[in-house]
Amino acid sequence: MDVGIVSYGAYVPRYRIKPEEIGRIWGVDGKGMGKGLMINQKSVPSPDEDVVTIATEAARNMMARVPEVDPRDIGAIYVGSESHPYAVKPTSTIVAEAIEATPNMTAADMEFACKAGTAGIQVCMGLVGSGMVKYGVAIGADTSQGAPGDALEYSASAGGAAYLIGSEKIIAKINKTLSFTTDTPDFWRREGQPYPKHGGRFTGEPAYFRHITSAAKMMMEAVGTKPEDYDYAVFHQPNGKFPTRVAAQLGFTPEQIQYGLLTPEIGNTYSGAVPLGLANVLDHAKPGDRIFVTSYGSGAGSDAFDITVTDEMKNYKRDKAPVLEKVLADPIYLDYGTYAKFKGKIVMPE
Amino acid sequence: MREVAIIGVGITKFGELWNKSFRALGIEAGAKAIEDANLSGSEIDGVFIGNLSAGRFINQQHIDALVADYTGMATNHIPATRVEAGGASGGVAFRQGVMAVASGMHDIVMVGGAEKMTDLDDASINSVMDATADSEWEAEMGATFASLHAMIAQRMIHEGTATREEIASVAVNSHFHGAFNPNAQFKKAVPIETVLRSGPVATPLGMFDTAPISDGAASVVLCPLEDAKKYTDNYVKVAASAQASDTLALFQRPDITSYGATVAASQKAYQAAGITAADINVAEVHDVYSVGGIMALQDLGFYKKGEAGKAMLEGQCHYDSGKVAINTSGGLKARGHPIGATGVAQIVEIAQQLRGTADNRQVKGAKYGLAQNVGGTGSAVTVSILEAI
Amino acid sequence: MAGVAREWREIPGRYNLKGTKCGNCGKIFFPGRSFCPVCRRASMGKMEDYDVCRTGKVFTFSVVHEAPESNNLQKPYVVAMVQTDDGVMITAQLVDVEFDKVQIGMPVKAVLRKLSTDGESGIIRYGYKFVPCE
Repeated sequence: MDVGIVSYGAYVPRYRIKPEEIGRIWGVDGKGMGKGLMINQKSVPSPDEDVVTIATEAARNMMARVPEVDPRDIGAIYVGSESHPYAVKPTSTIVAEAIEATPNMTAADMEFACKAGTAGIQVCMGLVGSGMVKYGVAIGADTSQGAPGDALEYSASAGGAAYLIGSEKIIAKINKTLSFTTDTPDFWRREGQPYPKHGGRFTGEPAYFRHITSAAKMMMEAVGTKPEDYDYAVFHQPNGKFPTRVAAQLGFTPEQIQYGLLTPEIGNTYSGAVPLGLANVLDHAKPGDRIFVTSYGSGAGSDAFDITVTDEMKNYKRDKAPVLEKVLADPIYLDYGTYAKFKGKIVMPE
Repeated sequence: MREVAIIGVGITKFGELWNKSFRALGIEAGAKAIEDANLSGSEIDGVFIGNLSAGRFINQQHIDALVADYTGMATNHIPATRVEAGGASGGVAFRQGVMAVASGMHDIVMVGGAEKMTDLDDASINSVMDATADSEWEAEMGATFASLHAMIAQRMIHEGTATREEIASVAVNSHFHGAFNPNAQFKKAVPIETVLRSGPVATPLGMFDTAPISDGAASVVLCPLEDAKKYTDNYVKVAASAQASDTLALFQRPDITSYGATVAASQKAYQAAGITAADINVAEVHDVYSVGGIMALQDLGFYKKGEAGKAMLEGQCHYDSGKVAINTSGGLKARGHPIGATGVAQIVEIAQQLRGTADNRQVKGAKYGLAQNVGGTGSAVTVSILEAI
Repeated sequence: MAGVAREWREIPGRYNLKGTKCGNCGKIFFPGRSFCPVCRRASMGKMEDYDVCRTGKVFTFSVVHEAPESNNLQKPYVVAMVQTDDGVMITAQLVDVEFDKVQIGMPVKAVLRKLSTDGESGIIRYGYKFVPCE
C-alpha cells in the first residue's frame, strides 16, 4: 500500500518584526546579527493567536483543498509543538472539533522540540499503513519563545502546517522514512519555565549537524539515491545559516533548498519549520518531482523522508486555500513595544 | 381600567455620591415623594422598584425586601417588587405601578428607581453594562456596550442620516440643560468641540458622547386619577404607559439605525393618549450614548429620519425653542445615569415640567410630556406620556 | 472564575458557526434557535442544522479603546458587524487589520482565535473572529 500526503495546509501570522528593531532595544547590531543568522524578519503571533489557532487555520486550509474528504473519516490527529497553550489538556482535541473530525477518532499532542511535527507524520504513516485509520492528520505548529535579549529572540517565531496522511488520492508518496535519535542536551525548557535554555555553540556540531547528516546519509544509502536525484530538499531551519551549511556539507545545491527555506522571511517556527518548508515546496512541485526532507529536534533526533510527487497533484485543488506566497504577502511590521505587548512580555495588573 | 395620576415626586442629587449608600439614596427619594404627595406613608399599598444590578454593584440581591424594609413598608407587610429590564428598569417599574393602580389591584403605589454604581470599580461596572446586551454573542465576542452604539453611529454616518457633529450635539443639548438642573451630575454647558475632542471610547464615539457612572434614586407616587384631588392640587395625569420588546442582540435586527421597540411603544402610547407626536411639548429621551438621542427623536416621530441631528445641532431642542424640548433635566449624559433610577427620574422631570415647577428650565405652557427609556440596545423600551391637568 | 460548561456547550457555534435554518420558511438563525420566531409552532421539529458561510463583508464597525480587562493586551481593537455571504449578521472582532484600512463593505473571513482567558491558570476560550480577505 502506498502511503503519502493527501493534502496539506499552512498558516503564518500576519505580523513581523525585524532583527534591527530588536537589536535597537538591547544595544546590539541587529542588522548584522540578522545577516549572520540569515534572518531578515520573523513572524509574530497576534495576542489572540496560539498553537491551537495556528494549527486550526493550517488544518482548515488543508481540508479546504480536499472538499471530497469527509472529516469524520479522519481517525487520528496529532499536533506537535513545544508551545501547547495547556500543559495538561490537548491542543489536538480543539483542532479536531474545529475541523469537525470528532468524536470517533484518536488524538494526542506531541513534543520533540522542533521535530514534533514530522514525528506526527511518521505516526500517521504507521496508522494508515497498518489499516488502523483511513486518514491521519499531523500538524507541526509553534509560537516559539525566546527570552528577551537572548539570541533566540531574533529568530523565535510562529507558524504551522498540517498534513493529511492517507493511501488514496495521494499527491505525494512518502517512499521511506527513518530517524536518527540520541540523548543530546543541546536545548531544553523545564516544566513551568517561560523560556527555553540552550547550550550555545554546543547546539551546532554535536547536535544539529551530527543528527541531520547522519539521518540524511542513512536515508540516501537506504534508498540508493544521491543529492542530485532530488528536485527539492528541506532541512530544519532554526536560522538561514544552518540549513544552508548542512545542505552544502551533504552535497545539495542552493537551488535545491531555495523553496524549502522560509526562515529568512518568517523566522524559526520550531515544530512548524520543516512542515512549512515542505508546504512551500509542494506549492511549487509538479508530478514526478522528488523531495528530500530532514527535520531536527533538540534533545535530539532527526526524521528523514524520501518523497515523490504523484500525478494526482494535477487534480489537487491547491487554489481552494491560499498558497504560502499569498499567506506571507502584505505583512504588518511591529515596533518592539507593540511586539512586547503582543507577546505578553508586559506585566499586566491582575 | 382606572385612569392614573402622579401625586408626588422625589429625586436625589445624581452623581458620585461617595458618602451615600443604596439604602440612604432609596429612602431619600421615597421620603421626598411621599412628602410631596402629602401622605404619611401608611396609605401606600404597593411598591415597585427599578434596579439593574444591585447584585453586582453592591452584592445585594433581594432589593425589593430591602426597599420595603427601609421605607417602613415591611412593618405593614406591603408587597414590594423589584423590576429589571436593563437600562429600562425604571421605566418598566413605572409601568408596572401604573398597571397595578389602573387594574384596581392597588390604590396608592410608590414607584422607585435606584442604583448605587460607584461602590464597584469601573471595569466591573462596564462589564455589568455590557451584559445588558447579549452576553454570550455580543459581550463575549468583544463587543462593549459603547461599541454597539458606536456601530450604530458609524452606520448612520455611512448612510448619511446623521453627521458626527449632529450626533455630538445631543450631548451638547443635554449639558446645556444640565446647567439649569440643581440635581444634575454635570451642571455645566459644553461646546461641541469638547465633545468632538474627547478621548475615544469606541470610535466614532468619545467620552463626552457617553453617559457617566452615577449613583442616585428617584420616586413617584401614583393613585387613581379620580382620587388625586384628595391629596394634592398639583397632580399630573398618566395619559399612557406603553412598552415594547425587540431582539436581545443588535445584530439580529433588519435595521440598526432605528429601534423598532421605540417605534412600537410610541405608537401604542400616542394611540392610548389620543394624541400624536406633534402634541408633545417636552420629552426625556434615553441618550445613554449621544447617538441614542438621534434615534429617539426619529423613532418617536418628532423628526423624519435624517432630520433629528440637524434640529439638535441648531438648538431646536432647547427648553425655550418653541419646539419639542428634549432632555430638559440634562438627560442621561448631564443629569447622570444611575441605571435603575433613570426611567423614574425621566418621569419626575416630565411631571415637574407639566406642573410648572421646573424653575429656570421650564418649558412654557407644557401640556403633554413624554419619557422614553431604553434597555440594552433597544431590546426593551417604555414610552410614557403624561398630561398636565 | 466562570464555570466551564457555559462556553463548552456553545462550541459548535463558537468554532464552526453552526446555526439553524427554519424548515418551514427557510430563514437562517445564528446563534441557532430551537424554533423560528416567525413561523412559531409551524417550525417546531423542523429546525435544521445550518453551517453559516465563513466569508462576508463588514456592515459596520468600531475601534474599541475602553476594553474589558480580558482584552487589555489587545486594546485598541476592532469590533464589527459582519454580513456573511449567505446574509447572516454576526458581531465579532476584526483582527490582523490596520485601523485606517477598515471600512464598511470590506471582505472578511472567519478564523478561530482566543476570545478570552480566565487569568493565568484558568480555561482558554476560543471562537470566531474575522480577518480581511480578498
